[in-house]
Amino acid sequence: MDSIIIDQLTKKFGSFTAVDKVSLRIQKGEIFGLLGANGAGKTTLIKILTGLSGASSGKATVAGFDIHRHVEKVKMNIGYMSQKFSLYEDLTVRENIQLFGGIYGVSSDYIKTKTTLVLDQLGLQDSAKKLVKSLPLGWRQKLAFSVAIFHEPKIVFLDEPTSGVDPITRRQFWEMIYAAASQGITVLVTTHYMDEASYCDRIAIMNAGKMEALGSPGELKAAYQVDHIEDVFIHIVR
Amino acid sequence: MRTILYLIRKEFLQIFRHKIMLPALFIMPFVQLIILVHAADFEIKNIKIHIINHENQNWNVRLISQFMASEHFVVHQVSNSYTLAYQQLEKREVDLILEIPKDFEKNLLKSNKASVFIGANAIDGMKAGLTTFYTNSILRSFNKNIVLEQMKIANSRSTAGIQTKTVFWYNPEMEYAHFMVPGILVILVTAIGMFFTGINIVKEKEMGTIEQINVTPIRKYQFLIGKLAPFMLLALMELAIGLTLGKLMFDIPMEGSLWLIFGFSVIYLFTILGLGLLVSTFSNTQQQAMFISWFFLMIFVLMSGLFTSIDSMPAWAQKTTWFNPVAYFIDVNRKILLKGSEFADISGHFIKVGLIGLVVNFFAVLNYRKTSA
Repeated sequence: MDSIIIDQLTKKFGSFTAVDKVSLRIQKGEIFGLLGANGAGKTTLIKILTGLSGASSGKATVAGFDIHRHVEKVKMNIGYMSQKFSLYEDLTVRENIQLFGGIYGVSSDYIKTKTTLVLDQLGLQDSAKKLVKSLPLGWRQKLAFSVAIFHEPKIVFLDEPTSGVDPITRRQFWEMIYAAASQGITVLVTTHYMDEASYCDRIAIMNAGKMEALGSPGELKAAYQVDHIEDVFIHIVR
Repeated sequence: MRTILYLIRKEFLQIFRHKIMLPALFIMPFVQLIILVHAADFEIKNIKIHIINHENQNWNVRLISQFMASEHFVVHQVSNSYTLAYQQLEKREVDLILEIPKDFEKNLLKSNKASVFIGANAIDGMKAGLTTFYTNSILRSFNKNIVLEQMKIANSRSTAGIQTKTVFWYNPEMEYAHFMVPGILVILVTAIGMFFTGINIVKEKEMGTIEQINVTPIRKYQFLIGKLAPFMLLALMELAIGLTLGKLMFDIPMEGSLWLIFGFSVIYLFTILGLGLLVSTFSNTQQQAMFISWFFLMIFVLMSGLFTSIDSMPAWAQKTTWFNPVAYFIDVNRKILLKGSEFADISGHFIKVGLIGLVVNFFAVLNYRKTSA
């Protein structure tokens, strides 16, 4: 069954078309990478799929629910991590986890058990009572990801989750993504890093609102007869 | 319900962790009450008066001695020259001229009617108003004396036609603090309600945290209650602190029910918080929110009757107070505290403020969006 079905989705801001008739199907448990230059429409597409923004035309189903008619049900079943760090910096690590767990209706007992688990995984046991703003960027991003999947959503949307993060932390971050996918969570991730693109099961490359290429990293390299995804990207964006 | 509790808990954690907010909450009432109450003391003493007197009759002298005895007045000079008096008024050597006309006593005794002329320098309108006000009150008590004496002499029927109702009815000692404190409490509560709510929501926009909230299945009403309830509680707490300080520092009277004050405050805060919310839906930065809130607050406070009496405003301006929740609350506070008014006396205010609140909140909720463009 497909987790996300997008059909001719379009978003216009006045005369500017940010997303231009994009159609796409993403399978359950898939790690799907969305590539594109700045302003290619990746973030806009994610905002439409997460219900943060309305589409101008076209249809989309997320986790089996129509994004127009059942946006609250969609929201119940997804996790989201935005470009900009958006946990509460003046709350502690534990308070942030509890807050978002509570908002998604996770039971108090389960929040308690799982918080311990998550803190162990992140190696943040000693920092549980620290304010989030005192954490280094890489740790914050890993925490934000853990919070985004804390309520065990069917799909998680990650908008440039690793920008500005050091290579080691990026590697750890991707290990977390793999762990989530192995639990059946579908991952839709946007990135600027070409090495990260090759970690994905499939990727789509967007340019000026249109989806220009779609396939596994191997397929795309073969189709464009190049050795690196970067060359595919440059070929399309030029 | 559980979601709302999580949100309220989060809000309190943030407020109590905030470097400025909490001290502001506790220091503000002290500063406002101590400084504003004393600074806005309108009581005027030592008003310099020039009395023009043409005859040294008994009643003339008695009237002059009334002014001499008053703590509000200093008799600068008694003369029989209007020109001299006017010169002094122009040079601002005196604040007021009182002319006792010729045949004052004769008219008084013969027809029970006599008039005096009062001229005040109205450059400072507030002072002029108060000055004539004090003068009138002296004349009134003078009047009363005449009536009493005449009654004794004539032992005749009561002279019911002359009224000497004092304006200081509910503030018999003319204690300005008692008059100011209830109003200043309103400003305190309003500032907290409007600024803090508006800024708080806009801050979430600035930080981007509102996006993380908007992507959750949280309902609009849950988010809004989660935002408004903590500030409602804080503002009520602020009112309690203010009332306590007012009692301790100024010994303000509390004639009416405190429950009634808090009851009205809830309705009032519903309106003010709604306004803060409305402002936040129009603003993208804290500066914008602050600016718009300031705009509203200034108008509300200046037109509220706290510093200038609503009765002395032009008719059209008086009508604007119909839409001014601050004016209602100040009035209610004064009525309950000083006069001991009960619910029946102020039920109209409850309804009007409630209506304004409904309208404001309707537009705020309408304008609040979980989705962006």
